[in-house]
Amino acid sequence: MNSSPKMSTQDLDFYYGGSQALSGITLDFHENQVTALIGPSGCGKSTLLRCLNRMNDLIPYTRAEGKVLLDGDNIYDPSVDVVTLRRHVGMVFQKPNPFPKTIFENVAYGLRVNGVKSKDFLTERVETSLKQAALWDEVKDRLHDSALGLSGGQQQRLCIARAMAVEPEVLLMDEPASALDPIATLKIEELIHELKASYTIIIVTHNMQQAARVSDVTAFFYLGELIEVDRTETLFTRPKLKQTSDYITGRFG
Amino acid sequence: MNRINNSGGVQPRRKAVQGVMFGLFRVSAAINGAALLLVVYFLVARGWRAINWTFLTQPPIDSMTRGGILPCIVGTLCLSVGAILVALPIGVASAIYLNEYARPGRVVRIIRLGINNLAGVPSVVFGLFGLAFFVVYLNMGVSIVAGALTLGALTLPVIIGSTEEALRAVPDTYREASLGLGATKWQTIYRVVLPTALPGILTGTILGISRAAGETAPIMFTAAVFFTPSLPTSIFDEIMALPYHIYVLATAGTEIEATRPLQYGTSLVLIVLVLGLNLIAIVYRSRLRRKR
Repeated sequence: MNSSPKMSTQDLDFYYGGSQALSGITLDFHENQVTALIGPSGCGKSTLLRCLNRMNDLIPYTRAEGKVLLDGDNIYDPSVDVVTLRRHVGMVFQKPNPFPKTIFENVAYGLRVNGVKSKDFLTERVETSLKQAALWDEVKDRLHDSALGLSGGQQQRLCIARAMAVEPEVLLMDEPASALDPIATLKIEELIHELKASYTIIIVTHNMQQAARVSDVTAFFYLGELIEVDRTETLFTRPKLKQTSDYITGRFG
Repeated sequence: MNRINNSGGVQPRRKAVQGVMFGLFRVSAAINGAALLLVVYFLVARGWRAINWTFLTQPPIDSMTRGGILPCIVGTLCLSVGAILVALPIGVASAIYLNEYARPGRVVRIIRLGINNLAGVPSVVFGLFGLAFFVVYLNMGVSIVAGALTLGALTLPVIIGSTEEALRAVPDTYREASLGLGATKWQTIYRVVLPTALPGILTGTILGISRAAGETAPIMFTAAVFFTPSLPTSIFDEIMALPYHIYVLATAGTEIEATRPLQYGTSLVLIVLVLGLNLIAIVYRSRLRRKR
């Protein structure tokens, strides 16, 4: 953890209209690590996640102050092209949201919108991504069937494959398994463990046990502030602040 | 069991009131259906005798007392297609702008006010507008193109309304997923939103066509005439049209009584056309809703 972080925030404040959702967030995300953001509902963890790829720009009357750095460059700088940013920082959403297209076209979507036309390249990349998402064996014979015919867990793995097809460097995951059954959840968690070797992953979860299973570093948030951040085993076994240990032991939340 | 079974107190009265209200609702719905059935029955009973192959494929002869309504059918078809060619691109583009691009604010409110008011303009006023602007000022003369433009203006709010509804029905998560992959807003609309909304837009188009086909006042001054010796060959020709033909046979002309059967026949053709299109749209839309 000595090299400079892949992404980091510096004194980040975020406002929805007049109400402040994040206060002075300073946090590093290191390469090839899984960082979990935990905290009770409304603590700002999803808001922070959506700042990292500027998806919050889509909501009117919002404002970010402070810096968010990707490889040292501030992504909120006016010269930054948001569209390009999102190729480097990908996102998987809470509820699986495959497009009403075929499985193949779903995974190829990101490539097509970035100008890739070569059929061979697309086919190869779709296969690689589906293999990385541990979905290839289940769908290889029905790539041209509708994606909506897959089960919830399969759809979510498809969304992960879709996000990885454009080869982002950072993968943001907003409670990726919360809408899935335990078996599907397990598959997703195993997947995250494998992906960490090639990506920097930041995951929001309201399930503390999942955070403990899956992440290297955990950050605890409360009411828009970063309360404590540490290596996962340390945070869960020897938290430094009483507030953290109260949340972890279930005294509130 | 005594506490929860049907015994006395306020229960019977509340149930009776509910029964009366639901009964009234059922009667209202029945009146609706009955009115439609009555109209259709009336027209079928008086008009079916006039329908035959000649009627549908030949022009009128003997001062409209015999022959057919082919030029009217062709004219109505031309006008409807023309109206859609005008209203569809402008309507869909407007709806996309309003729903996908416009930021909430004063300009958008004014535009929406304009569209809503446009929807409320009486069709005869459209006709006068078309006459003053397309026929006279732009010198198009009484023609298919003037009528199509006038009808297009009338159909525009219908298209905008149904397209906006179709766009709104596309879940935001699709847009988020697309943008999250590094697509531009236009790519998102073109590749995901529009294809998903297309069936809804299609339904609105069909309803728009059926509306345009049945209008009389907008075409009276702008495109339709009492009689044309031949079928139209250019968009600057005048044409006959089904709704106008009914009007003319029933009020003007020298043979009102003699042409009565033909009036009903023409009405029947028009209503079959309009109802048929509406039915297609409704069935298609309900199939879509069931799929979702």
